[in-house]
Amino acid sequence: MIASGELLRVAHVSKRFVKSVDLAGRIANKLGADNRETVVHAVDNVDLSVAPGEVVALVGESGCGKSTLGRVIAGIHDPTEGEVFWRGDNIATMDRAARQAFTLGAQMIFQDPMSSLNPRIRAGEIVGEAPRVHGLFDAKDEDDYVAGLFRQVGLDPDYRRRFPHQFSGGQRARIGIARALAVKPDLLVCDESVAALDVSIQAQVLNLFMDLREQLGLAYVFISHDLGVVRHISDRIFVMYLGRVIESGPSEAIFAAPRHPYTQALLDNVPRLDARKRSFTTVKGEIPSPLHPPSGCHFHPRCPVAGPRCAREVPVRTETPDGRMAACHLVSGGVT
Amino acid sequence: MATSGSTRPVLAVENLSTHFFTRDGVVKAVDGISFEVMPGEVLGLVGESGSGKSITGFSIMGLIDPPGRIVSGSIRLNGEELVGLDDRAMRRFRGRSLAMVFQDPMMTLNPVLRIDTQMMEAVQAHEAVSDKAARARSAEVLAMVGIPSPEERLSAYPHQFSGGMRQRVAIAIALIHRPALIIADEPTTALDVTIQSQILAEMQRLCAESGTALVWITHDLAVVAGLADRVAVMYAGRIAEQGKVDDVLDRPIHPYTHGLIGSVPGARMHGARLAQIPGSTPSLGRLPPGCAFAPRCPRADAACAEHAPSIAAAPDGRAYRCHRPMLIEEVAR
Repeated sequence: MIASGELLRVAHVSKRFVKSVDLAGRIANKLGADNRETVVHAVDNVDLSVAPGEVVALVGESGCGKSTLGRVIAGIHDPTEGEVFWRGDNIATMDRAARQAFTLGAQMIFQDPMSSLNPRIRAGEIVGEAPRVHGLFDAKDEDDYVAGLFRQVGLDPDYRRRFPHQFSGGQRARIGIARALAVKPDLLVCDESVAALDVSIQAQVLNLFMDLREQLGLAYVFISHDLGVVRHISDRIFVMYLGRVIESGPSEAIFAAPRHPYTQALLDNVPRLDARKRSFTTVKGEIPSPLHPPSGCHFHPRCPVAGPRCAREVPVRTETPDGRMAACHLVSGGVT
Repeated sequence: MATSGSTRPVLAVENLSTHFFTRDGVVKAVDGISFEVMPGEVLGLVGESGSGKSITGFSIMGLIDPPGRIVSGSIRLNGEELVGLDDRAMRRFRGRSLAMVFQDPMMTLNPVLRIDTQMMEAVQAHEAVSDKAARARSAEVLAMVGIPSPEERLSAYPHQFSGGMRQRVAIAIALIHRPALIIADEPTTALDVTIQSQILAEMQRLCAESGTALVWITHDLAVVAGLADRVAVMYAGRIAEQGKVDDVLDRPIHPYTHGLIGSVPGARMHGARLAQIPGSTPSLGRLPPGCAFAPRCPRADAACAEHAPSIAAAPDGRAYRCHRPMLIEEVAR
């Protein structure tokens, strides 16, 4: 059932966040109010797989569920529905040792290094703590191990005694990467890891990601709203809108000829260096609240080509032999 | 848009320096910059963090607080000198002929007041009009920036708007008195791309219609490419290079501009290494004696490390500061 060489697969994964009615709400309900629990479908029935050494990108705008999906992949959130397989084994049913191999094997790098690095702990300790706890080296080798990691991510090993605030933004991003690499992962989940960096520093970190992929055969799940970065780095992309994957496939093919109107709109709206003094084509409206997503296809109120069927039915996912998928009535029999 | 001999610039900044006098020494946030903006023109002011682009905007608005001070230079708005004006005199300009839009609209909007209270106050600050007229003008500008049912939305609080809508309100407030110049400091950086496009389209239309000049401060070269007529690239408090967008982006003279363009991930080179600029932006308190970019520059020689380059003019009208400018044949891409 599992294709060989598959590192991670999520099957029919959904993640819902439920805000239950609090005490005041329950008392009000006794008096005749109508407070109900609110449910956010952050991720809605997603299938995705990552091969060793592959770069898979999750793209979409705020609230599309890309970060939540990333957290499910990295094992931080358990899915509400569906399964996550690590090297072919279901993580929900695996034993302790196998689960630990998964949690070490899939590491996450966060957007804001300042809020993910403890400001009171020295950089060397931040990087060295996890591998020491997991016994990845002998106690006497710790210094060499951490220094090696610092060199690998392009930091001066003499900086191990410094605190996070003594580094620049780009250097902090490198500490976050060194910390993730310290436990010898196979998969890095990067959640907007270069979004906060200046463009010259962003280029340095992107180059580092590519070098590490080559040296260590790392796979990446790259979460970003920046389609320029995604186009540069990814092999396959998954475009999300309000919790659902609406299009996926090899990135070159999607960038060349998107099939879903939302993907088309996203690509049209990306500012590009070679598009001068252009007129900006716009998608009408705003992203709806995930609390009350539109019926049928979530994109239909903003879609330029929507028909009556789009408001009625959720489009099925249409897969083609070239490895592409699009969930749009346009590719599955028309919008009327 | 083109500089015809008779048109007078809306904004003329000449040799402006804004320094901050801190305990650790003098920080030269803006150090001798000059540029002009013509009526209806969009100037992109591009730079990385700490390049002085926002401080330039604040200096023009007269919003520099101690320990910062404009130490030299002149800022003329339609010929009137702004440097040296006291706060009262400056208030006659701010909001009327000169307006600013900030990155975070919650900096502009008071969270505990309704939109109409805030907008009517802005109208009546410069015009003695009735509440009714002020309200009508507020609704009018809200409609201009594309807010649906502006009459009803006037009674809402800022938190009832989405991020993109809040930014539109901030832009609407800037437009109230039909200013000659709007300074926009990264107003779309925090927004999603589809919303960013909507705002860029609105700004483009509004400036073209009203002849308002726009200074667009951003770190994003791609946004500038799509929006601006001219671009000034800042590095460490100075303008490394300025000129027409096509000239600067297609044939950069300054090695920093060249490196910056190469750092933008794009369509040209999937999976290839990006042309990175080594090192990181210098701390403004401890700049090297010569050209501030010299330690990171692939072309730097001994002269670059010794003395700072002065402003030079290229045949196509660009101004740049570099001892070792890139020649046209070298930047063929």
